[in-house]
Amino acid sequence: MAQASSPTMLRGGTVVNDQGQARADVMIADGLIVDVGPSLEVPTSATVIDASDTLIFPGLVDLHTHLREPGREEAETVESGARAAALGGYTAVVAMPNTEPCTDSPEVVRLVLSLAKDAVCDVAVAGAITIERAGELLSPMAEMASLGVSLFTDDGSGVQDGGVMRRALQYAHGLGLTLAQHCEDQAIVNGGCMHEGMYSGRLGLPGIPASAEEAMLARDLLLVAETGASMHFLHLSTARSVAMVAQAKKAGLPVTCEVAPHHLVLTDQACCGYDPIFKVNPPLRSADDVAGLRKAVLSGAVEAIATDHAPHPPQAKDLPFDEASPGMLGLETALSLIAGVVVHEGKGSWSDVVRLLSTNPAKIAKLRASDPRLGGQSAQGGSVSPGEVANLCVFDPQATWTASSADSASRSANLPYEGWPLQGKVRHTLLRGEAVVLDGQAQR
Amino acid sequence: MSLGSHLLQADQLDATSILELLDLAESFADVERRTMPKVPALKGKVVATLFFEDSTRTRLSFETAAKRLSADVLSLAVGSSSVKKGESLRDTVETIEAMGIDAIVIRHRSSGAAHQVARWAKRAKVINAGDGWHEHPTQALLDLLTVRQRIAEQRGLTPQELGVSCFEGLRVGIIGDIRHSRVARSSVSCYRSLGAEVTVVAPGSLLPPGIEDWGVKISHDLDAVIPSLDVIALLRLQSERGSGTYLPSLREYSRDFSLSAVRETQLGALAMITHPGPMMRGVEIASSVADLDRTLQLRQVSNGVATRMAVLFSLLGQGPLDSGMEQ
Repeated sequence: MAQASSPTMLRGGTVVNDQGQARADVMIADGLIVDVGPSLEVPTSATVIDASDTLIFPGLVDLHTHLREPGREEAETVESGARAAALGGYTAVVAMPNTEPCTDSPEVVRLVLSLAKDAVCDVAVAGAITIERAGELLSPMAEMASLGVSLFTDDGSGVQDGGVMRRALQYAHGLGLTLAQHCEDQAIVNGGCMHEGMYSGRLGLPGIPASAEEAMLARDLLLVAETGASMHFLHLSTARSVAMVAQAKKAGLPVTCEVAPHHLVLTDQACCGYDPIFKVNPPLRSADDVAGLRKAVLSGAVEAIATDHAPHPPQAKDLPFDEASPGMLGLETALSLIAGVVVHEGKGSWSDVVRLLSTNPAKIAKLRASDPRLGGQSAQGGSVSPGEVANLCVFDPQATWTASSADSASRSANLPYEGWPLQGKVRHTLLRGEAVVLDGQAQR
Repeated sequence: MSLGSHLLQADQLDATSILELLDLAESFADVERRTMPKVPALKGKVVATLFFEDSTRTRLSFETAAKRLSADVLSLAVGSSSVKKGESLRDTVETIEAMGIDAIVIRHRSSGAAHQVARWAKRAKVINAGDGWHEHPTQALLDLLTVRQRIAEQRGLTPQELGVSCFEGLRVGIIGDIRHSRVARSSVSCYRSLGAEVTVVAPGSLLPPGIEDWGVKISHDLDAVIPSLDVIALLRLQSERGSGTYLPSLREYSRDFSLSAVRETQLGALAMITHPGPMMRGVEIASSVADLDRTLQLRQVSNGVATRMAVLFSLLGQGPLDSGMEQ
């Protein structure tokens, strides 16, 4: 891994950790933070990077990225997805296993990790719970765990059979692993392609009822209570879902959950023009759901924001709504959108943003500690303080820009925020001290 | 008048534009009664019909309408085209548009397909001839045309003299599979724009989500509703709905929701029955009721051509209709 050979100074910014923020310069050497303080002296050998008027966060961690490689390289590759992540301020992403072939074996885990060796962002791999994500036979979780896989999910769909899920939880519990669920009961979905509600009724599109998500979530919460295994719930989309998880946590269950940015800033009304760019799974929900999710994010009931970055080529979207593939880009816009939701509109703090986008996701994916098994990956989601690995996101909260798929590093263009004016932009991203993004430009 | 670029859904039409279309359709109905029922209004224009679902009657209705306006018709039979070889809808649209067509009439199994085609079309006007469960605006218009003619006859007036005020307070019951019916969505929209009082009658599993916000009354009891209706609009029930998925059986459906001979006697003397066809006799409607004078189904079919002439002319025609009519 490349490391800065001479010291680097981030000068003029405000350091934000999950506990608070303070005006400070950051001195980095050999990939580590060596000093943090106001008005540090600049050694003559140091490279100075301008961080004036910025907030310096620990590098962001995305629990939910579809890198599409292997198998669907036209949509995204590990390299292009990692670059989009770096531009969005991320220093680590968890790659979802619904690739072709599916990440249900040590071979595919090794392949993805090797593809990520020189990527501009750390890539952790999530393994499938069941072989080929078919929901029937358990995948070799222990073998994959020995390669550093700490999160398992059949994401793209949920494990439909409660008996299979129960045994998977028992098995994973014995290994100390966390299973993550894409909660969606296919029988209730019954061919639905957008949120079931007033708009789906008018548009004549088959709906996905909120209960499709909530029914599987309820089942899994009961299975967690019974087995004692820990679970993470992916991209929860309804107000009732986050309330159910909050209640379960109050009862002491070892569960966490994430919400995607698009479920906080878009509603099912966006589907009214039948543009499949707004088709996503779980679907964009009602305005009441958005309000409920926002409340849960601000109250801490939701641990993490995760992008569910899901690239698709044009031919998967240039279709009638019901035939198009679900999913939207999200890595490069997440931080600006969440700054808006949490800080500008929600009256939360920048530390809340750090918790939601860095500290908590790193804990859930177990990326906090250096782990030699992770193939050189190192501490993510830490604090900006001496001794920590210099994985940093330098964010200019005043910068304004216009979201545009043409400017995206992703190979795909399915961005639902095309033309949106956004406030706040990543200026630099440092991966183990190396400026992989400088002044908003990817450096490699 | 102009509909704008496309006719995709009925809520594009306010009372004024519905009135204009109905009156225009009446004058085209006059054209149809001539010995040479053809006007040169759309001479030189090319209308393409793009039917991805079997619907001989709607396709023929549009094609006849286009021909009576002297437009050239390009009929894409999907079964024998490259669509079967995996060509995407977008490529199909761009390909036929490259042939210089002026309008695309599309029927597709997916709700919103006409909207997508309108997004991709560079200059062609798009007419929705039925998209999934969403809308079928020309069907709703021809129903209005038929109902207005019937009321005009009852009152001894011409339809044009009636205007659209005859729809104000008209009590319309739409019966059957509202959930999966594009006709129902277009009809509710049109009837409501004209001030009619709409009641939908359906079993719970065949009601769409959010119907409480449609501005209609909701009933599950046809017998209770029937005596108060001026128009009973029956919908087609796809027989597979009765296979136990949405309904226990067609027999149980017809027990509660069929317009039987007994129920027909509960209708008011002037009440009329519409059905978009094709009818399932014995399921939605008793055979004897289907053949009554007040069942307007065949008149709806004949009005289809004049209605579609009106829509095509509104979208593609230039100048006043009369200039075309005189020649």
